[in-house]
Amino acid sequence: MATRTENPWIRRTLIGIALLYLGLFIFLPLVVVFYTGLSKGLAVYFQSFSDPAALSAIRLTVLTALIAVPLNLVFGIAASWAIAKFDFWGKNLLTTLIDLPLSVSPVISGLIFILLFGAQGAFGPWLMDHGIKVIFAPPAIILATIFVTFPMVARELIPVMKAQGNEEEEAALTLGASGFQTFWRITLPNIKWGLLYGVILCNARAMGEFGAVSVVSGHIRGQTNTLPLHIEILYNEYNFTAAFAAASLLALLALVTLFLKSIVEYRYRAELKAAVRTENV
Amino acid sequence: MSIDVKQISKTFGTFKALDNIELKIATGELIALLGPSGSGKTTLLRIIAGLEKADHGEIYFHGKDVRTEETKDRNVGFVFQHYALFRHMTVFENIAFGLKVKPKAIRPSPEKIKAKVHELLKLVQLEWVADRYPSELSGGQRQRIALARALAIEPRVLLLDEPFGSLDAKVRKELRQWLRRFHDDLHITTLFVTHDQEEALEVADRVVVMNKGKIEQAGTPEEVYHNPASVFVLNFLGNVNLFHGRVEETKATKMYVRPHELTVSRNPISANSIKAKISFINPAGSVVKIDAQTSDGQLIQAEIAQEEYKSLKLKRNEEICLTPKNITYSEYDI
Repeated sequence: MATRTENPWIRRTLIGIALLYLGLFIFLPLVVVFYTGLSKGLAVYFQSFSDPAALSAIRLTVLTALIAVPLNLVFGIAASWAIAKFDFWGKNLLTTLIDLPLSVSPVISGLIFILLFGAQGAFGPWLMDHGIKVIFAPPAIILATIFVTFPMVARELIPVMKAQGNEEEEAALTLGASGFQTFWRITLPNIKWGLLYGVILCNARAMGEFGAVSVVSGHIRGQTNTLPLHIEILYNEYNFTAAFAAASLLALLALVTLFLKSIVEYRYRAELKAAVRTENV
Repeated sequence: MSIDVKQISKTFGTFKALDNIELKIATGELIALLGPSGSGKTTLLRIIAGLEKADHGEIYFHGKDVRTEETKDRNVGFVFQHYALFRHMTVFENIAFGLKVKPKAIRPSPEKIKAKVHELLKLVQLEWVADRYPSELSGGQRQRIALARALAIEPRVLLLDEPFGSLDAKVRKELRQWLRRFHDDLHITTLFVTHDQEEALEVADRVVVMNKGKIEQAGTPEEVYHNPASVFVLNFLGNVNLFHGRVEETKATKMYVRPHELTVSRNPISANSIKAKISFINPAGSVVKIDAQTSDGQLIQAEIAQEEYKSLKLKRNEEICLTPKNITYSEYDI
C-alpha cells in the first residue's frame, strides 16, 4: 500500500475526475444504448431481433466466434508453450509477431485479406477459377476475426507458463507419463484460469470486431453481416430503436464478459502468484 | 541396477558442461556427485534420466544401451531440487500419479494403488498429509513426498538433484541421516547431487568430485578426504592452509595442511614449527577454531580440541607455535 501523505483533497479530486470520466464515457453511453433500445417498449425491442437480417447477423457472429475462438485456443497454447518452455532461433520474432494484430489498425488487417484473396489479390484468380468465394463471404470474415484475435490467448498464457517452468512436466515424464498425459494432467490444469481468461477476452473481441470485418464483409444483408455491421446499417438507415436494441445485445455481452473476467482474473492472479511462490520455495 | 557412463560429453552453446565423463556405478551403491555450481553434476544426472541428451558417449543400464530410450521408459526415480510436486493435486494424487498413468494392461487396480500410496506415505513417515496440497507442506515434508512419488514406480535407480539444497540446517541433517538409513533398507542404486562436502562425505558410499565438467576423483569418503587426487579435491573437501617452501635450490613446493592437522603449542616442538600471533578465536563449537598470523602476514587456520584450548589458556594476540602433523605436497616446479 502506498503511503498516504498527500493532501486528502488531491486524492478526492483525482478520484472524482476518474469517476466523472468513467461516468461520461462508459456509464452514460451504456445507459443510452439500453434506453434507446427499449424506448419504444419491450415488444418493439424483441421484434427487432426476429427480423431475418438481425437473426442472420447473430448467427454469423456466433459462427465466427465458434470457429475463431477454438482455433486461437489451440494456437495460443501451442505458441505460448513453445515460447515459455523452449529456446529456439527466432523466439523473439515470434513473440513480437504475436502482438502484431494489436498494434496494426483493424482496417489494415482487413485489407491484408483483400490483397491476398480479393479479385486482384495474390490467390484471387485461382480461387475464382475454382469457384471458391472468400472475400465478401463468411470465410473472409472468419479469417479476419482469427487474425485480429489471435494474440488474446497466447498473451495471457505466456507469463503463466514462464513462471511455472517445466519441472512439473519433467517430473511427470520421469514417472512414466506420455507427452499427451503430461499435457492433459499437468500442464492444462496448471494454466486453466489463465486459459479461460484468454478465451473470454478472445471471444469478446471476436464477437465485437468491426474494422477488419467491415473491410472484407461486403455488407450483404442477411448474408455477410455480423452483429456490429448490422448495427451500423440500421443506424445509417435511421432505424435507431433496432440499432440500439442490437447494440444492447453486444453491450450485454460486454457486461457478462466483464463479470466473468473479474471472477476469472481473481483466480488467474492466484495461479500466477502460486507459480511464483512455489518457484521460490 | 548398475549404471555405466561412457565418454559422455555435453555442450550448451559455448559452455562445456561435461567433458568425456567415465563412471561406473555398481548395483545398490549410494553415490554423491559433489562439485561447485557449474561443474556439470546436475547435467550428468539429467542425462542419466534422459531429460537431457548427451552430444557424445553412451549410457548403459545393467549393460543395456539406453540412449534411444525416452525418459518415460527408463524407469528412473527423479527428485527435483525444488521438488516439482504437482501443485493442483493432493499428496495422495501426487504419489499415485506414476501408477495411474501406466498403460491399462499393467495399471494396478484403484485398491492396489491406494494401498501402495499408503505404504509409501508410511515409509516416509507422513501418513497424515495424504489429503493436503503441496503448498500446505513444509520444505522437509515436500522433499519426502517427492521421494515417495519417485519410489511409487519402483524405479531401477533413484536420482536426487540437490535433495537437501533448499532446507534449513537442522532439517538437512535429519533428512541426510534418514536418506542413509533409507538406502540401507531399500538398497536401490542411488545418485545424489550436492555442493555440500559434509553432506557427500557423511551420506555416500562413494563420492564423485566434479569440477568444470570433469571428474577430479571418485572414491570412498575416506579416500577422497585423506588421499585427494588433486589440489581441487583437497581444497573442496575442507579448509586447508597453504605454505610455500623450497625442497632444493631449484625446486619450490606447495604444502597443504588441514586446520585440524596442526598442533598448537606455546614453544616450538620441532624444526617445522611456525611462529604466529593469534588474531581470532572461536570457541563455540565441537572444536575451537583459531586464526593466527605469521610475521610476514600469512593467515593460518587451526582447529584444536576444547580440552587442549582450556589447558593452554590461549588468548588473543598471544604468540603461539604451529606444527604440522601431516602435510600434502604438490606442484613441484622450478
